[in-house]
Formats: sequence, C-alpha cells, structure tokens
Amino acid sequence: MSGLTVENLVVEVNGQPAVRGVSFELDSGGRTGLIGESGCGKSLTALALMGLLPHGVTASGSVLLDGRNLLDLSDKEMCRVRGNSLAMVFQEPMTALNPMMRVGKQIAESLRMHRGMDRAAAGRRAVELLDRVRLPEPEQTARKYPHQLSGGQRQRVVLAIALACDPVVLVADEPTTALDVTVQAQMLRLMDELVREEGASLLLITHDLPVVASVCEEVLVMYGGTIVETGLVREVFDAPRHHYTAGLLASTALDSVDGSGRLATIPGRVPSLGQFPDGCVYRNRCPRADEVCVATPLLSGDEPSLTGDLAVSQIGRRAFACHHPLHDDRVGA
Amino acid sequence: MKGGTDRVAGSDEVTGPDRTSGTPILEGVDLVREYRMPRRSLREPGAVVRALDGVSIAIEEGETFGIVGESGSGKSTLSRILMALDQPTEGTVRYAGRQVSGTRERRLRFLRRDVQMILQDPMSSLNPRMRVGRLISEPLSALGIDCDHRDRVGELLNAVGLSDDVVDRYPHQFSGGQRQRIAIARALAPGPRVIVADEPVSALDVSVRAQILNLLTDLAEQFRLTLVMVSHDLSVVRYLCDRIAVMHQGRIVETGDTEQIYSDPQQAYTRKLLAAVPTLEGDLLNRYARSDA
Repeated sequence: MSGLTVENLVVEVNGQPAVRGVSFELDSGGRTGLIGESGCGKSLTALALMGLLPHGVTASGSVLLDGRNLLDLSDKEMCRVRGNSLAMVFQEPMTALNPMMRVGKQIAESLRMHRGMDRAAAGRRAVELLDRVRLPEPEQTARKYPHQLSGGQRQRVVLAIALACDPVVLVADEPTTALDVTVQAQMLRLMDELVREEGASLLLITHDLPVVASVCEEVLVMYGGTIVETGLVREVFDAPRHHYTAGLLASTALDSVDGSGRLATIPGRVPSLGQFPDGCVYRNRCPRADEVCVATPLLSGDEPSLTGDLAVSQIGRRAFACHHPLHDDRVGA
Repeated sequence: MKGGTDRVAGSDEVTGPDRTSGTPILEGVDLVREYRMPRRSLREPGAVVRALDGVSIAIEEGETFGIVGESGSGKSTLSRILMALDQPTEGTVRYAGRQVSGTRERRLRFLRRDVQMILQDPMSSLNPRMRVGRLISEPLSALGIDCDHRDRVGELLNAVGLSDDVVDRYPHQFSGGQRQRIAIARALAPGPRVIVADEPVSALDVSVRAQILNLLTDLAEQFRLTLVMVSHDLSVVRYLCDRIAVMHQGRIVETGDTEQIYSDPQQAYTRKLLAAVPTLEGDLLNRYARSDA
C-alpha cells in the first residue's frame, strides 16, 4: 500500500526551476531519507508537499495522497490535510511552537481542529501523546510554555503535535540538526519506533548521512533540483554509482584521509539557483565529466531492460542519473 | 582509521620538541565559574549555578586540543575563561606562564594579539556592514600592529583560499564556507599563537566542512598554531585533535590522547556519548539501546 506518490514535481522560484521534475513514492511504514547539500531543493520539495511554499514560489506536477492531488487543493482544503494525514517536524522547535501557548494546548489544538474533540478530551489525549514521546511527568509538562523546556523536549513536543492525528506521512526536515548527540540519538530512536508502530511513512530530510544510515531503509540523493541516485540505503552507501553520492560519502567519512592526510572534498560549491549547468547538473564539479554529459542523463537502473524514464521509482529500486556510473567497488574510502 | 593515526604520528614530529618544553601555553587551574540565576522572589536572591566545577586543563604549545561535551556541559564557558573574555569565580588561568585571570584588560594586550577566536556562525560573527578588507584588517588597527594592511589582507586571503579581489565585498555576498574562511583570515591577521575555535564547522554542509577542516589543519601546520577546538561533534574532534577533554556538568570527566579515548573510553559518560554518534554503518539505534540499558 502506498502512502504518498510524488510525480514530476516542479517547483519554480520566480520562474526559475529549483526542483525540476522529482518523482518518488513513500511506502506506508517505510522510512526514506532525502539527502543533499544546502541549495539542492530538499526543503523546497518538503514545503511543496506540505503546501507551505512562500509567495512567488509555485509547484506543478502531482503529489498524490489518498487518491487526491494535494497541489490542486484550495488553501482551506489543504488546512484539513496538513497536521492531519500529512504532518511535519521542523528543524527549529523554538520557532515551530507558539511561545505564548502552553504546550498541552498546542497539541490539543490540532486534535480539536481535525478530530472535533472537546477541550477536555483533547487535553487528556495531549497528555497521553506527551507520554508517548517519552516526556517525563506529562501532566506537568502539558502546562509548561515552550521556553521552559530544553531543545530536545521541545522537539518531542513538535513530534507529539505531528503525531496527534495519526498521520499517513510524516515529513521531518532536519529534525535533529539543532540537538546534542545523545538527545539526537533518543529522538531518532523515538521517531523510528513511532513510525513503525503507527505504520506511517517517514520522509527524513537531512544533510547528515549517518543520520539517514541510522533510521532509513531507502534514500533519495538530490542535487540541483533533481534526484541523482536512489535505492536502499545499504546499497547506495556501500556502493554509490553517482559521483555526487560518492563525493558526499567521502567528505562525510572523517576517518579516511588520503596519503597527505587530507580529507576528501567535493571540488567547487553548489551553484546558486539558475546557475546549474545544462545536461548533467553535476558536470561542473564532477571528476568524470566529459562531452557526453552535456546531454541530460536519465534516472535509470543498471539492466538495459529497465533503462528509460522511471516515472515513479519503485520501492528500493536502484537508479542513478549518470553517464559514467561508478562501479561497485567502494570509491573514496 | 589508518589515516587518522598517520596524521597523529605526522603531527607528533612537528610538535614533539614543543611538547617537552615545560610550561603549557594555556593553562587553567581549579577553575570554578558560578552564575546567579535571575531572582524568583523578592526575599531571596536567585539560585547559584556552577557552570564550571573545579576544572584543570593544560594545553601544550603546538598541539590540537579538543573540548567536547553537550549543551550546558560548560565547554563554552571554559573556552571564554581561557581567553580571558570571562573571569573565573575561583581558580587561575595562565598563558605561557603569565597569569591572565583577574588581570586588567589594558594589561592583556599581549593576550589579545596571541589568542584569537573563530565562532560557529560567521553570519553573526562578521559585521554585515563592513567590507572584507576592513573586517580582516580591523584587528591589525585595533591592536596597533604596524604593517601594510593591504598587503597583509591579500596574504591572509590567499592563505585561506580566497582570491584577493574580494576585499570590497560584504559578508552576505559569500556562501557559508567562504564566510568561515573570512572569519579564519580575520583570526589569523594579528599573527596569533593560539586559535580557539568554538564549533567552527557545525553550521556547514558536509562537503564544505571537510574543506574547512583541511584548511584548519594546513594553517595550524603552516603558522605553527596551537588549536583549541570546542565542539559537540565527536567525529570532527576525532579527526582534528591530538588530545581531548570530555566535559559533563561543569567537570572534565575524562582527558587524554584522542585515539585512546575513542578506542577505550574509561568513563560511563564518555561511552554513552560515543555510542550516540551516528555512523555510516547505520547501527546507531542498536548500539545506543545497548549503551542505554
């Protein structure tokens, strides 16, 4: 059963395509990572799914949830979906929460709005949810304001709000970047458990590859507004086929240095919007780029029979968009 | 793994003679720092919080020293006190044998020149209304260092891998990694002996992070710097540092050679901290569950 299907999603910022035709499918109960550097379109993809794009930024294509295209919904209809079957956890919990409102009430708000619960029932459910995200003394915590909680506790409250209406899809954009390592580990474990138990699908957006390796089964690697590689985390991380994925992995691995004791890096930097090259988006930074790369590579698998445009990538389907894919031996280690 | 030990062996050759020279370049003895919380009642004063609770630390010239710990462990308080930006409630700080805690600011000019700092977020640590040239030459004029500022700025920009035609640009015209390079150039300007870096790569993307770490390693070697890294990112500290101190609740719970602590942590807290670091192997959740049990 499928949770969310994204087909040919295009997001344009002032007429410039920032996300150029992204397609993927989130399986229910599945945990998918979306990785890439800043400026690659990860967060715009998430905001487009949530219908939260700022003014002047438009999305086209389709985002199918329960047979409806979310991009066609009116603002009012989208309000009924958001926080209900589609929920999001943001990076910075202090700005995601209302500082003037007790946290219990913020959780209850969502239940009253989407589930029509009365105040007392929603309040009781809010306490249960705080307990569910492992906050100690949930009754007392429900009566606190966000500033009275630590960063990790606030992020748990945000998670409780997201889970309040049993979402089908949970989108988490850098949910642990602002947290300490031990708090991050607790939070990742909690998200992993809750997603498994609720049967929701998780889209985890991060630039931290080890976090994806810890939680996700599948990974989408994004660069220049396109998905350049996808597949099971183990396969992609053990044997990347796209040079961008290999570069990311090599610069993440701080325990491997070259002969002169230097860390591997990706040459150059992410171009700003509209400055990406035609053809292969990575060709101005790629060590293997040649004249063939002027043509846009398709996101396709290895076997010739599978070659061709993957309108919707199947779960765990290995694909990459490269004319000169790396071979199976690990590169950069 | 093998690369990591190579690097430590390599830097030992450079720092070897300095290490045995005796006096540590930066030393804190029995440091205590207490803060008073805001008053909650009209009758009683606010509660006292011990941010540092008897910390002693000795950093040798030429080494790369890491201070790790979580938020609230006291690592930033310690770095501020070591730089004499804050005064300890008790204890002494010495720089190259000279006492700097409790000394008047006007007698600390030597320290302001010799010890420089790099902060986490270059967007907030660089004045947005100053051009790059002035940002980098400001410490030179502030400290009254007599040299051709224009030449020095060009030299520094080259050292951090930027071209010298950027002097007339403003910080917002650069990417995060380039801004951090500017912050590093500014820190290097007065020719310091010690650089204290508080989470210098935490705000950067992985690929840029590797570039900045390479740059810091090169510069430390080139300018024979002592580098003090304050970070919560244990993989970064492991890569860069010869020795580390692990802080928890205002105390140093464990200190020693980096590789030794990573391979054989003696304290339960250190083990828990190391178990919480996600790796590309993806075994975090099992590992963490075990360490938690």
